[in-house]
Amino acid sequence: MAEENNDKNGKVGLIDRVKDDIQAMKVDIPTKAKEQIEGLKDPTKTQAYTSIFRHKHDDTPRNRALGVLSNVFLHLHPAKINRDAVRYSYTWGMGGITFFLFIVLTYTGVLLMFYYHPTKVQAFRDVLYLEHDVPFGKILRNMHRWAAHLMVIAVWLHMFRVFLTGSYKKPREFNWNIGVLLLVFTLLLSFTGYLLPDDQLGFWAVTVGTNMARATPLLGHEGPFGHQLGMTPYNDVRFGLLGGSIVDANALLRSYIWHCIGIPIVASVLMIVHFWRVRKDGGISGPAPVMLPQEADKPRRGPKAAGE
Amino acid sequence: MDWRQLWEICSAPDNVPIVGLIPLLIFYIYLAWKQAHANDQLIAQLETDPAMAKTHHRKTWPFKQGWQKEVHVWPFLLRIEFLAAIIVTIILMVWSITLNAPLEEPSNPNLTMNPAKAPWYFLGLQEMLVYFDPWIAGVVMPTLIIIGLMVIPYIDTNPLGSGYYTWKQRKFSISTFLFGFIIMWVTMIMIGTFIRGPGWQWFWPGQTWDHNRLIYEVNRDLPDIFGITSNLGKGIFGAIVVGGYYAIGGFVVYSLFRRYMAKDFKRMSLLQFSITQFLLLTMVALPIKMGIRLLWHIKYVWITPWFNI
Repeated sequence: MAEENNDKNGKVGLIDRVKDDIQAMKVDIPTKAKEQIEGLKDPTKTQAYTSIFRHKHDDTPRNRALGVLSNVFLHLHPAKINRDAVRYSYTWGMGGITFFLFIVLTYTGVLLMFYYHPTKVQAFRDVLYLEHDVPFGKILRNMHRWAAHLMVIAVWLHMFRVFLTGSYKKPREFNWNIGVLLLVFTLLLSFTGYLLPDDQLGFWAVTVGTNMARATPLLGHEGPFGHQLGMTPYNDVRFGLLGGSIVDANALLRSYIWHCIGIPIVASVLMIVHFWRVRKDGGISGPAPVMLPQEADKPRRGPKAAGE
Repeated sequence: MDWRQLWEICSAPDNVPIVGLIPLLIFYIYLAWKQAHANDQLIAQLETDPAMAKTHHRKTWPFKQGWQKEVHVWPFLLRIEFLAAIIVTIILMVWSITLNAPLEEPSNPNLTMNPAKAPWYFLGLQEMLVYFDPWIAGVVMPTLIIIGLMVIPYIDTNPLGSGYYTWKQRKFSISTFLFGFIIMWVTMIMIGTFIRGPGWQWFWPGQTWDHNRLIYEVNRDLPDIFGITSNLGKGIFGAIVVGGYYAIGGFVVYSLFRRYMAKDFKRMSLLQFSITQFLLLTMVALPIKMGIRLLWHIKYVWITPWFNI
């Protein structure tokens, strides 16, 4: 390069170099600015954009499929499903609504945790504080409670639909079992949350509920053979649940930890398995072509058996 | 008729979900029944017309040659999910704005709530406490319900009705489930919510809750009626009655199965069949026990020094 040679010869001074740079800048920067503006006209071509979204969004079948498959939240779904499987009259949508409510409950629940101390002194006052002073505290608590009730109903209706469509049958037996466990954990989540406001309603509901544990056969001090096995109010299964012989501070703490940490983790793991198995067991069960009684004991031979 | 009392029960914030559950259940049972009926008609039609059975697409919804069998999840499923999420959010918002979550007095172990009710979804179990000792109603029955639900796929050997609504192909399993879920579970929740008042006494809807009402009920035990007084005699007598219930009941189940469900019975292994028998009889034992308690005031059938049934 000429300038380099000049440099080495020491003939071109600093001022000349600066002048040269200014000359170059007058061309370079406007060119780059033009490029930048051109680029902004189509932001989908920027590096930042393409690093996030890895395919185009033109309305082509390929992009519709990729939109689902390349998204971590949507890839739970297959790219395509049976045309009838989206019919609400068949699916009732209750499984999805249950999951949505779980998300709503996690969200509102985390917000509630910011204002709540699981101690006998503070728990009830915290709820009063939530109701009267915390901005939107009342609607937050209301929403958490009603979403919990709605979730129980949605789980029941989901199970009802799965039963009525025979969707627990081969090859989905195992997933039905996971579902039953999730039903139990949903009820337990709701039940453990009942005590947390530390009011009369929750206290007596939990007292009634855990009193039954006294009567557990073998493991409860009032249950059959419990006495013979040395069970007392201070070492039986109820004591383990409550962390004491009465519903008190330890019971509040235990129920708080089960409610906010223990059961949600277990339920989340089971949910992962549940959703995974829905896909692995061949997707949603139907609406399947009806089978005739005379075909019952014949093996189903793929789509041909459907009479195509 | 005490409308105020009725309104107080129905509008108690925690009872609202149960009030809402009734129309929801009615709607979804109707929805399922409608489709089951349509499918059953189609099945009957295909059975009489084998040529049609070979070419028909076997659904009640229209399908024409050349139509795509599959649709893209984006947007055909996702728009439904999105819509569902929005609708549920709106319902929750409206519900949360209009109705406050209940908050009673601070908890006080010295002041018993009367009636002290469990959360509504457990009221079925609490109602069972009237008829059974806590170890059955609170521990054994719930465990059996969970186990019973879990074994359903393994004892239902009927391959028909997988993936579509039907009644005629699954009369037994559907009526058993409806019996267990709607008639037992939901009805007992309704009784626990709307009928049980102070002292867990029976108050008809609209009847005023009387906290001072006393009912002089003399409950007897079954061995007393037969004049058995010794503890050993009571124990043996109860074992015979309960054992006899399962033995004779088991035989009745067998004789019904081999007559009316011959195909399913043939497919079942001994283990599958005996589990079905046991669970079925245990489920039916609940309304039987309720019946003998309400009609003849019989408390226990089997009395031993360790447990009573």
